[in-house]
Amino acid sequence: MSTTGAAGDGLAIEAHGLIKAYGGQRALDGIDLIVRRGQVFGFLGPNGAGKTTTIRILATLARADGGSACVLGFDAASQVEEIRARVAVTGQFASLDEDLTGYENLVVFGRLRGLSRAASKLRADELLAAFGLTGSASRPVRAYSGGMRRRLDIGASLIVTPDLLFLDEPTTGMDPRSQTQVWDLVRQIAAAGTTVLLTTQYLEEADQLAGQIAVIDHGRIVAQGTSAQLKARVGAGTLHIRLLDGQQRHKAGAILAGTLERAVELDSDPLSLSVPLATRPDATDAGRLIGRAMTRLAEAGVAVAEVTLGQPSLHEAFLALTGLPACPAAVDHEDTYS
Amino acid sequence: MSPPTATISRAVPEAHSLDGLLAPSGPPRRAGALAASATFGWRAMLKIKHDPKQLTDVIAIPVVFTVLFTYIFGGALGGTRGHYLKTLLPGTLVMGVTACTMYGGARLAQDVTTGVFDRFRSLSIWRGALVLGGLLGDAGRYLLAAAIVVILGVIIGYRPGGGATGVIAAVALVIAFGLALSWLWAAVALLVRDAATVMNLGFAVVIPPTFASNIFVQPRSMPGWLQAFVKINPISHLADAARDLMNNTGGGGVAWSLIAIAAITLVFAPLALRLYGKQG
Repeated sequence: MSTTGAAGDGLAIEAHGLIKAYGGQRALDGIDLIVRRGQVFGFLGPNGAGKTTTIRILATLARADGGSACVLGFDAASQVEEIRARVAVTGQFASLDEDLTGYENLVVFGRLRGLSRAASKLRADELLAAFGLTGSASRPVRAYSGGMRRRLDIGASLIVTPDLLFLDEPTTGMDPRSQTQVWDLVRQIAAAGTTVLLTTQYLEEADQLAGQIAVIDHGRIVAQGTSAQLKARVGAGTLHIRLLDGQQRHKAGAILAGTLERAVELDSDPLSLSVPLATRPDATDAGRLIGRAMTRLAEAGVAVAEVTLGQPSLHEAFLALTGLPACPAAVDHEDTYS
Repeated sequence: MSPPTATISRAVPEAHSLDGLLAPSGPPRRAGALAASATFGWRAMLKIKHDPKQLTDVIAIPVVFTVLFTYIFGGALGGTRGHYLKTLLPGTLVMGVTACTMYGGARLAQDVTTGVFDRFRSLSIWRGALVLGGLLGDAGRYLLAAAIVVILGVIIGYRPGGGATGVIAAVALVIAFGLALSWLWAAVALLVRDAATVMNLGFAVVIPPTFASNIFVQPRSMPGWLQAFVKINPISHLADAARDLMNNTGGGGVAWSLIAIAAITLVFAPLALRLYGKQG
């Protein structure tokens, strides 16, 4: 493996049977992982599933108790410095010095990445400008908002363009606006050729960013595939319809059931109905069906107040993929998210 | 009627463009051990600059003890004030420095518990750089404490017999001892991983031996068991060494202190580096 070196294509990560125990509790229980170079790989799972532990092992911050991992062609146990020189880690909690200003943080990390003093300062200015932080450059990071902090954090990982970037839950707890900004940054980083391994608790995030997704639960990978493949197993989500008039609910239900050929559920809200959709081979197919259902409702004089197509939640995804609910922590997070 | 024109814009609020920023960086570079340590030293200085309050103790302890003991006990203990200062001032120099040795450790313990530590550890740098860089920051703090003692002493009447050379040598020796203790506190910090615990342990371990030494009074009036402790207490030897250098009186203190510095460093520096390098 190592003879292929850092350049060229091939595998960014190849891990077999990773095991890690903390005080008798198995955080990782045999993780196998293949990530190709240039890919955005999504690691999806609830809190405590083993996502962070896997990243820590691959980024050489922790040592596996069993199994083997090859990162960019280097052995994670014995070629630690080779890996560290080529990867960057953006941890779950801001990996920044809160006491220092944004500018000082970047200069410090530039120096530690082997840049000269002048090059570090230049790079810090460039990154601050690109991330829209020039105005806050001389403020201590403690005073930054969550979104600014995360941007600076990602910026600190780009001082030297890494071959592989680990992003541990990059948008957890963020407002939707900052979330969109971070997603956009991740897409640009991936487009420039950096392999990205990101962990997330959000199915939507993995769906938006990752070409390949592994679902992890209780230290094991329970499902793996492209977003489309996983969705085929999970379902396309649920169509929610809210009417203006509750009297028309049964009429609406009959029309929807007839058009969509799916079971219609009456929600506890007397104005609402929902229809879990099957995934069709072609998404336009589902779109056309929904469109037709809306037309029929309009023709029948049913006044619709609201139509939403809900993404399957992580909770639903776990149910579908494992037949079991995710650990309780995941349900809590899913609740706060949706 | 012309058809409405739709413009397609990117939905990202305040989109940030990384164009041209992500060029391949070429073969990986590695910061040298010295450059990395100096960077961490610079970081320690920046932290002091952003929060000068942390120097309160560094300044207060030497001032309070030098002034207090000189004026309250000076006459009673050493005859004249100038005479007592010859004994006391090298002692408060030792105290001022040793009493702030745990701050670096506390700072390290704080680092270890925050996310920034993981980023430091994820870089390809010499593993001792963070601890050594912290020591550079400590050295700055010790130098400040030492300067305050010496300047204050000269103001209130101390005249060093050893001249500037003697004073500089004494300050260097005391700072070297402080740095040996810095290694000790670094090891403790990496073991307990809690800043408050390091501070509490620091005061509990450093303050009693400072008083149970010959810094303030000669041990003649103490009970036998305490005299025995004072005699083997490295702080007594260091105070003697500082007196020898500053007052230009010969004695064995310097040799003893150098041995103590070497011994503490040789035990705790490798231990701290080992603890730092340990992977979780």
